[in-house]
Amino acid sequence: MNSEPSLLDEVPGELMMWVLIISELLVFGAGLAVFLSIRLTDPVLFAESQDHLHRTGAALNTIVLVTSGFLAARALGWRRAAERTKARLALIGAATLGVVFLIIKGFEYADKADLGIGPETNVFFTFYYLLTGFHAAHVVAGVLILLLVAWKDDARNIETGAQFWHMVDLVWVILFPVVYLLG
Amino acid sequence: MKYQSQKIALVYFAVAMGLFAIQVLGGLLAGWIYVSPNTLSELLPFNIVRMLHTNSLIVWLLLGFFGAAYFLIPEESEREIYSEKLAYLQLAILVLGTLGVVVTYVFNLFEGHWLLGKEGREFIEQPKWVKAGIVVAALIFLYNVTMTVLQGKKTAITNILLLGLWGLALLFLFSFYNPHNLALDKMYWWYIVHLWVEGVWELIMASILAYLMLKLTGVDREVVEKWLYVIVAAALFSGILGTGHHYYWIGTPGYWQWIGSVFSSLEVIPFFAMMAFAFVMVWKGRRDHPNKAALLWSLGCGTLAFFGAGVWGFLHTLHGVNYYTHGTQITAAHGHLAFYGAYVCLNLAIISYALPVLRNRDPYNQVLNMASFWMMTSGMVFMTFVLTFAGTVQTHMQRVLGEYFMDVQDSVAIFYWMRFGSGVVVVLGAILFIYAMAVPRKEIIEAGSAETPAE
Repeated sequence: MNSEPSLLDEVPGELMMWVLIISELLVFGAGLAVFLSIRLTDPVLFAESQDHLHRTGAALNTIVLVTSGFLAARALGWRRAAERTKARLALIGAATLGVVFLIIKGFEYADKADLGIGPETNVFFTFYYLLTGFHAAHVVAGVLILLLVAWKDDARNIETGAQFWHMVDLVWVILFPVVYLLG
Repeated sequence: MKYQSQKIALVYFAVAMGLFAIQVLGGLLAGWIYVSPNTLSELLPFNIVRMLHTNSLIVWLLLGFFGAAYFLIPEESEREIYSEKLAYLQLAILVLGTLGVVVTYVFNLFEGHWLLGKEGREFIEQPKWVKAGIVVAALIFLYNVTMTVLQGKKTAITNILLLGLWGLALLFLFSFYNPHNLALDKMYWWYIVHLWVEGVWELIMASILAYLMLKLTGVDREVVEKWLYVIVAAALFSGILGTGHHYYWIGTPGYWQWIGSVFSSLEVIPFFAMMAFAFVMVWKGRRDHPNKAALLWSLGCGTLAFFGAGVWGFLHTLHGVNYYTHGTQITAAHGHLAFYGAYVCLNLAIISYALPVLRNRDPYNQVLNMASFWMMTSGMVFMTFVLTFAGTVQTHMQRVLGEYFMDVQDSVAIFYWMRFGSGVVVVLGAILFIYAMAVPRKEIIEAGSAETPAE
């Protein structure tokens, strides 16, 4: 059967990665929607709890992650221009910045633990840990994926890895204002 | 039938159909006990009848999956099954185990014995020796089919099917782990119960459905495989953490309420995708396959699984809702339509497709088969509705107004009567199906008229 070309064939990047990205966005979207809904019911608790968060650390982390995303995007361009070494270095740089993000995040979690704050402290922190924890888990996965595609540096692989990494970026860029800043 | 060893499937399907009959008859008896609670209360108490109903369901579905694997793997891998003897040995072990289970349950033999006695955890009550037998049978099966696939052609369908079957067997190992802490016990228990039906079984379902679509509609393999991968990704993404929707009230930390609610809501997606898949394939396909009954069961499978597992599951999966509906007849409504739609219809679809092939003849008893589909389906859908109504009333009276359980049961009796009636229809439909499959008529095939009548 000669079926007409599907719209899906025109989508850039790996289809399965898009399926994953859409699923992830649904999950984080639902998490944020619930977070904001509960916030409406108890704005005082949310405002108080939010003051315990490290806004500066998170802002720093935003810069780290966006820079890392930039490097991953550049890597694809370099690989396509057959500059393999440059591309690989950019990917390793992107992964390193991912690790920097995790270290800063780790300090943040350790600080919370010192204050005796945990996921069961109140509903704000339940969501704080769920959302940022899930995100951090994706950063770990992303670092591994970036290193993997730096090793197996087919342009197609790099594109798929960068696709995932940009999703991790995007989620953070939404999490940061909603969880840390929204007053 | 292209490959001789596909014949193995015939025996598996036959045993599965026997257990199917026992299962629905057990269900009917349980439905009768609901309206007449003293029936057989000494001889065969309700809890035992229910256990037989659920256990035989699981076992016959598994036998159906095994049969389906033995049927489709030779065709996909383009070679005979590695060892026919092992396949029959596997079946013999499973049948022995099943008989052992029935005898142990019904006569309550060896109560409390660590090896021979019933273990008492819902759905995995089997005595240890039977569990061990199941593991041995599963190992034989996996060895047999994996060797076949490894030596033959590898396709997306067999890869996903094997992934599902391996997952199924490995997760069953948790049935040997029974911690004293009840919360932990339940936590691991769901690794089997949930991760089977909302995880690895979905992979098995998707791959068998993909095989059927490939054969019945003639759509390109490439297109079928793309759908298959998307469905499998969506199923695993939502299903694994979706386990959290069983962790709301068993003593696990509170964040599970949110993880469970969010991820299990997404479990609708793979079921919707499977329904869409079946219909899109039929629209796109150009093949006019003569086995209309198998096609009907396949489309019915996709649709009813979406409603039973997807919609009825979502109905009570959010923890705010489940707080009230937990363990009411709403759960029973969901359980019935989900199992029927997803796994019963799937098995009956592959059996409807495979049996004529295995017997080297054209599709037979199509009308009876399709009639049995409509009987079973309308009976089951009616049952789902009345149980949903019963559950709604029960939730309100018992959980909102705080009335006593037994008083509430009395006031929903009318629904139990209707449920029994719909159960009768389902049983008749099941018997009709088994008859239609088992007894092909010596029919004379008439050639269609050569000329099309003027319109």
